[in-house]
Amino acid sequence: MAEATLRVYRGDKDGGGHVDYKVPVAPGMVVLDALHYIQGHQAPDLAVRWNCKAAKCGSCSGEVNGRPKLMCKTRMDDLPLDQPITVNPLKTFPIIKDLVTDVSLNYRINKKIPAFTPRENTDWRMQQDDIDRVQEFRKCIECFLCQNVCHVLRDHQKTEEFGGPRFFVRVAGLDMHPLDSVSRTELLKDELGIGFCNITKCCTEVCPEDIHITDNAIIPLKERVVDDYYDPIMWVIRKLTGKK
Amino acid sequence: MSQSRNDLQDRRFGATFRTDSWWTEVLPVIIVFGGFGIYATWRAFQGVSYEFGPYLSPFYSPLIDAEHHWLPAWLSPALLILGAPLGFRTTCYYYRKAYYRAFFLSPPSCAVTGVGAGKYSGERKFPFILQNLHRYFLYLAILFIIILAYDAVKAFFFADGFGVGVGSLVMTVNVVLLSCYTFSCHSLRHIIGGKLDCFSCEVAGGARHKAWKGVSILNERHMLFAWASLVSVGLTDLYIKLLCEGTITDLRLF
Ligand code: SF4
Ligand code: SF4
Ligand code: FES
Ligand code: FES
Repeated sequence: MAEATLRVYRGDKDGGGHVDYKVPVAPGMVVLDALHYIQGHQAPDLAVRWNCKAAKCGSCSGEVNGRPKLMCKTRMDDLPLDQPITVNPLKTFPIIKDLVTDVSLNYRINKKIPAFTPRENTDWRMQQDDIDRVQEFRKCIECFLCQNVCHVLRDHQKTEEFGGPRFFVRVAGLDMHPLDSVSRTELLKDELGIGFCNITKCCTEVCPEDIHITDNAIIPLKERVVDDYYDPIMWVIRKLTGKK
Repeated sequence: MSQSRNDLQDRRFGATFRTDSWWTEVLPVIIVFGGFGIYATWRAFQGVSYEFGPYLSPFYSPLIDAEHHWLPAWLSPALLILGAPLGFRTTCYYYRKAYYRAFFLSPPSCAVTGVGAGKYSGERKFPFILQNLHRYFLYLAILFIIILAYDAVKAFFFADGFGVGVGSLVMTVNVVLLSCYTFSCHSLRHIIGGKLDCFSCEVAGGARHKAWKGVSILNERHMLFAWASLVSVGLTDLYIKLLCEGTITDLRLF
């Protein structure tokens, strides 16, 4: 049976390092299986977060050979087994232990977003054409791989000024909802700092749900912010018509 | 093997645990975009070899004061109009991604630390805040498409009447690719219908939904059209330049 070496980060907030483990590779094996093998045979104290093993709960996010991935969706036979496979925790979030990070920042950001607010006396019937767009955003499994890879958070650490791609997806799902009555452009511009995003699309590249985060959520939201804050003709029209 | 924890949190330029050759992603952008930039600047300043029979180089269309009645002799007519296509491409959402990665290294690739840690402001400050005016360049670009379509039609009418030369086809393909690029624009996708929260609640909402769908289909290929049209503009100009200089002859198909 083929053998792989997993170079796994072991440590906590006070420091740590990589430890090599040899793992037999079985057909169809994913990186999470390999980590479970290590837990079962070599290091029972290895911390790794997971739940569904079906790429649906968003718990097992990590960095395999430097690439943000769901570890339960990353097949061993897609990796070059002749070299050690590096398995790291998400870089953007504070480490708790080994591969487990503290992603609570995301829940704090989420609280800034006003929830779905239907108009008064809403007629609850919707047309499919009107909700096609927002259904894509509902696929998000909150794995936070996009938040992790986004350089605004990862390199520039704008954790207080920037919402991040996952939350632009959420805002897009609310703002483009045919029955929602709230505009979130001011929030996007100021508190969620959408202007920090330079649309370099790493979020889209890593999304395991294949949500077109940049093209379908962020850019359309940027255009809505332009309507309300940067377009001089729209400004004149608003002044003339008195519409907000 | 063990590494220190600091390695994991390294935020210096180029820091990554990626093992693939991530830098190869930006090389084509640097070569094609950089090469086009140099060629287009040189050709725009040259002020010669841009018109051959019914063919007019896209760098020089619309042709303004070619005889230099009021335009100083040193000023090429291309420079008067260059701002519009240049502004359209530099503020394009796709090209922004391409050059922020390839030229500004912000970031050079995903999960690879870029430059400027601590000083980053994205598109919130001057000059990048001006990217928000992309839609105005779109309006100009649509005007240019009309002009270039007129040029392409003209390219079928030679001194001896209607005919088809290789140049006529080159100019037609060019305007088709430029139209695909322009009509797949993200700003157009927004203006034409994307800005609505509820298509069916608006006057002409059905038509706008259809238009938005149509632009969305093109928009999925926006990157492809961006490159294809960039290359076709350069090659169309080169073709006409070589005709003018007598390096090649135009084949008349009929
Ligand atoms: S496109 Fe914007 S949000 Fe997505 S990773 Fe890049 S900078 Fe971050
Ligand atoms: S948008 Fe995609 S990458 Fe981001 S949290 Fe949701 S599923 Fe994960
Ligand atoms: S364990 Fe649920 S997504 Fe991987
Ligand atoms: S987004 Fe590329 S041309 Fe408008």
